[in-house]
Amino acid sequence: MKIKSHTSNKIPVSPSIDKVGVEERVARFQSRSIKNEAKKQGLNLVLSMIDLTTLEGKDTEGKVKQMCYKAMHLHDHFEGIPQVAAVCVYPSMVAIAKNALRNSSVKVASVATGFPSGQTSLALKLKDTKFAVEQGADEIDMVISRGKFLTGEFAYVFDEIAAVKEACGKARLKVILETGELVTLDNVRKASDIAIYAGSDFIKTSTGKIQPAATMQVTYTMLMAIRDYYDETGIMVGMKPAGGISTAKLALHNLVMVKEILGTKWLSNEWFRFGASSLANDVLMQLVKIETGVYQSNDYFSID
Amino acid sequence: MKKELNDNWDYSSSLEAINHIQLKKKYNLFIDGKWIAPSKNTYFKTINPANEETLAEIASASKEDVDLAVKAARKAYTNVWSKMPASERAKYIYRIARLMQERAREFAVIESLESGKTIRESRDVDIPLACNHFFYYAGWADKLDYAFPNRKIESLGVAGQIIPWNFPLLMAAWKIAPALAAGNTVVLKPAETTSLTALKLAEIIEESGLPPGVVNIVTGFGETGAAIVNHPDINKIAFTGSTGVGKIIQKALVGTSKKVTLELGGKSANIIFEDAPIDQAVEGIVNGIFFNQGHVCCAGSRLYVQEGIAEKVIKKLKQRMESLYVGDPLDKNTDIGAINSKEQLQTIEKYLKIGLDEGTEMYQPKCTIPKKGFYCAPTLFLNVAQSSIIAQEEIFGPVLTIQTFRTVDEVIQKANNSHFGLAAGVWTDKGSRIFNLTSKLRAGVIWANCYNKFDPTSPFGGYKESGFGREGGLHGLSAYLKLS
Repeated sequence: MKIKSHTSNKIPVSPSIDKVGVEERVARFQSRSIKNEAKKQGLNLVLSMIDLTTLEGKDTEGKVKQMCYKAMHLHDHFEGIPQVAAVCVYPSMVAIAKNALRNSSVKVASVATGFPSGQTSLALKLKDTKFAVEQGADEIDMVISRGKFLTGEFAYVFDEIAAVKEACGKARLKVILETGELVTLDNVRKASDIAIYAGSDFIKTSTGKIQPAATMQVTYTMLMAIRDYYDETGIMVGMKPAGGISTAKLALHNLVMVKEILGTKWLSNEWFRFGASSLANDVLMQLVKIETGVYQSNDYFSID
Repeated sequence: MKKELNDNWDYSSSLEAINHIQLKKKYNLFIDGKWIAPSKNTYFKTINPANEETLAEIASASKEDVDLAVKAARKAYTNVWSKMPASERAKYIYRIARLMQERAREFAVIESLESGKTIRESRDVDIPLACNHFFYYAGWADKLDYAFPNRKIESLGVAGQIIPWNFPLLMAAWKIAPALAAGNTVVLKPAETTSLTALKLAEIIEESGLPPGVVNIVTGFGETGAAIVNHPDINKIAFTGSTGVGKIIQKALVGTSKKVTLELGGKSANIIFEDAPIDQAVEGIVNGIFFNQGHVCCAGSRLYVQEGIAEKVIKKLKQRMESLYVGDPLDKNTDIGAINSKEQLQTIEKYLKIGLDEGTEMYQPKCTIPKKGFYCAPTLFLNVAQSSIIAQEEIFGPVLTIQTFRTVDEVIQKANNSHFGLAAGVWTDKGSRIFNLTSKLRAGVIWANCYNKFDPTSPFGGYKESGFGREGGLHGLSAYLKLS
């Protein structure tokens, strides 16, 4: 995978966002029809885009290892089910995950920079990031300083992202905006532009610790920022909605949105991810339903 | 990387079922609560514009048939409807609304079959709005004293109503609901290419037990309409349709005591300022001109973009048009359906040619268009001036002209520089600018940061050659009352 370095030093002027208009547009994505083969293909695509996540204070080696096994073996009763894209863990769990996944193509993503609040010094954030990378993380999910953003210190936020990007080295950087704390779509757009221009490889909605998280309105707004940047520079940036996407239906609606805004080029786990812990099983349940014609109960799907 | 997983990932064709609808092979006239064969026994075919197949045969009403309908309406007005307590009238109107709601799916499918509009629009816009008009005016029927305080209120008598083919059921609702609420009786003529939902509405009216003659539906062509306009015992004419026919009607009514409202054509300006929420404005442009294939009298068919963002807006608009699906109106994924008739398609094509002859730049996205039926790809015209014919005349199709402007004053002048004045759209982040424009644009409806939004509580109508009189809201009610 080729990683493009595209840190620039200007903060762009963001367009304003009209919430009512966004809601209307988003409703249209939800009325597209996806059935049969298209549904099956879409659901497999969703599975391949999942960042299977555990981010808890009580995470242990045992928990992480079991989740990693699930990442590689989503549902062995069926053939042709893809592996997920990555697992997402705290820095202290990276080495364990990396080892557990050593024989697979599943990547290890690590949150860093004082996740989830980010209320620590830049020096510690950089140290946190470097530690995760040294432990073997392929991807870093950082959080932005929302407090600084909300007080208008955009340059601080920009510089911080640029610094973390540098600390990432070869690891791909996902920048978490924590949109639930930014509240308005204007802020979401502004933060997306800052993150993209500061050099992030992916922009991500949320930590999963704050509600609301990855609403379609928020994801739409961020996708439009990616679209505009691509039109301007020709550089692709990835998108990761995280938190709140727990059903297959909602995941498919997200894919429709990506398809119509960014095109099929973005419909791969190189450029689009779902941050989720319970989505996979709902998708599996739908896939089994397509094959067998019946829904099976939750107990037929493993819960690592 | 599972690249192969996204190969050709596309939507599934999802055709709305048509096996649940009930259509007769032949439809007679609905006069005095009965289905009556036309006196000259002439019928015409109505087709599905998406595949040119015949849907049914429709009676063609003669002058004698119209006379019969007016007599029935007069009798019902004098003997029953004008004497009935207003609260009882309201109950009938409510009942019609509820019956329509119950059969909304059937209405939506028939509307899409006959008019060519997408099922998404007939299901989500036309039919619910039509029901809402009946609900809304039912509420006013016994509260007219409160609607117009300190005024003496009288109903008019018999209303002759002629409606267009672009929103067949919705226009019938706009006309019938306020007329009944105000205590009038009705003779309504739907457009010849879209009679079916009006006739289905007649079936519902029959089922509702509305006294015979209160609503009469006479189908036919222009001569039928002329017979209504010229009938001496009609008190009020309400017409929605082309400016050309509107002028004929107005001439015919000179020297008579008939009240008249005309809702005619438009060439509405959609104005995008530099500080607009740009992506939502692009959606607004698409919604303004491609909604209902552009068969919308208030369509935002003249786009004005401030020069600083013109290039960006046009680029985004072209991009957005790539994701529009043109095709079978009954497919739930379809964004742009069929053109209503061959004649209308020819009119649109005539204007496309004029546009090219005028040296403008035409753009159409790559989209597949069905071989059978009447279709037109969504079209943009760039390098257009006020002097271009295509920027002046109503095309009534999915065709947008794009002009740029520099200042607020300039765009107000250009937007008003039209013989129409039905609607306008203003896109800006600045509230004060919106109010500045709403007071200076000479258009009946002005939308701010949205377009093509309709509500029964809101009056609708035009300036200049877009007609006069308002429909919807209290204004729409007053058009069916004598206030003194």
